[in-house]
Amino acid sequence: MNMPTDQAALDALIRQRLDEILPQKLEELKASKTPSMSIIATKGTLDWAYPPFILGSTAAALGWDVQIFFTFYGLNLLKKDVGDLKVSPLGNPGMPMKMPFGPDWFKGIDWNKFLMPNLIQSNLPGFESVATMLMKQTIKNNGVATIDELRSLSKEADVKFIACQMTVELFGFSHDDFIEGIDYAGAATFLPVAQQSDVCLFM
Amino acid sequence: MNFDKELDAKGLNCPLPILRAKKALAEMTSGQVLRIMATDPGSVKDFAAFAKQTGNELLSTAEQGKEFEFYIKRK
Repeated sequence: MNMPTDQAALDALIRQRLDEILPQKLEELKASKTPSMSIIATKGTLDWAYPPFILGSTAAALGWDVQIFFTFYGLNLLKKDVGDLKVSPLGNPGMPMKMPFGPDWFKGIDWNKFLMPNLIQSNLPGFESVATMLMKQTIKNNGVATIDELRSLSKEADVKFIACQMTVELFGFSHDDFIEGIDYAGAATFLPVAQQSDVCLFM
Repeated sequence: MNFDKELDAKGLNCPLPILRAKKALAEMTSGQVLRIMATDPGSVKDFAAFAKQTGNELLSTAEQGKEFEFYIKRK
């Protein structure tokens, strides 16, 4: 009996079979795994409230497991009332200021471009409230969901909300300030889940 | 085409048509067909991706003016 030859033949056979079977097996394993996503939400303005809830709710609708970790100003997105989230064109030259009403030519004007310098806007009382009101109206006109709606849909779809306990204390919040059904935890809770996630985003 | 349930997602924008469709499909049984009407131009690509990922079959996509019509068969 010639061992080395048998061994070589066996190896060749195994390799050949693996080449035949493995791609399909890997494909099956990939298909059977539930995709997952971890998001860190750090911003507390109306505009930045959208990305985590849009992506979270949509991923859940696609059948993914989703966790969102809310820290620093992102904690604002977990407050019972998100109706007072604000947006400001101040220090944000990318944000157009358009009127959500009137004829098309009027709606097309970007007031932020020539109305007044950013520095002066900041000194106008109530400027932020006006900008927020205009954006909310625009959101409504365009059939875009409210933050409250997207958050409820995310919650319904089992998106997991985790509030950073450290920043809850840092900012003097209490758990009563936030909606029900949130976990309070820290970085050590987020990371092991994030490690296993297919998609991990910082916002 | 015959359908078992209808979803009017006209005037709604991303990601609401998908979220509503997902909800509607969850209330249906396997093999049933959902008809969706939408006006969001992004929904054409979104529903194709949604169907591919969730395994619900996109039977047809049609465009009439500024309206889109989708038929999705529940997995």
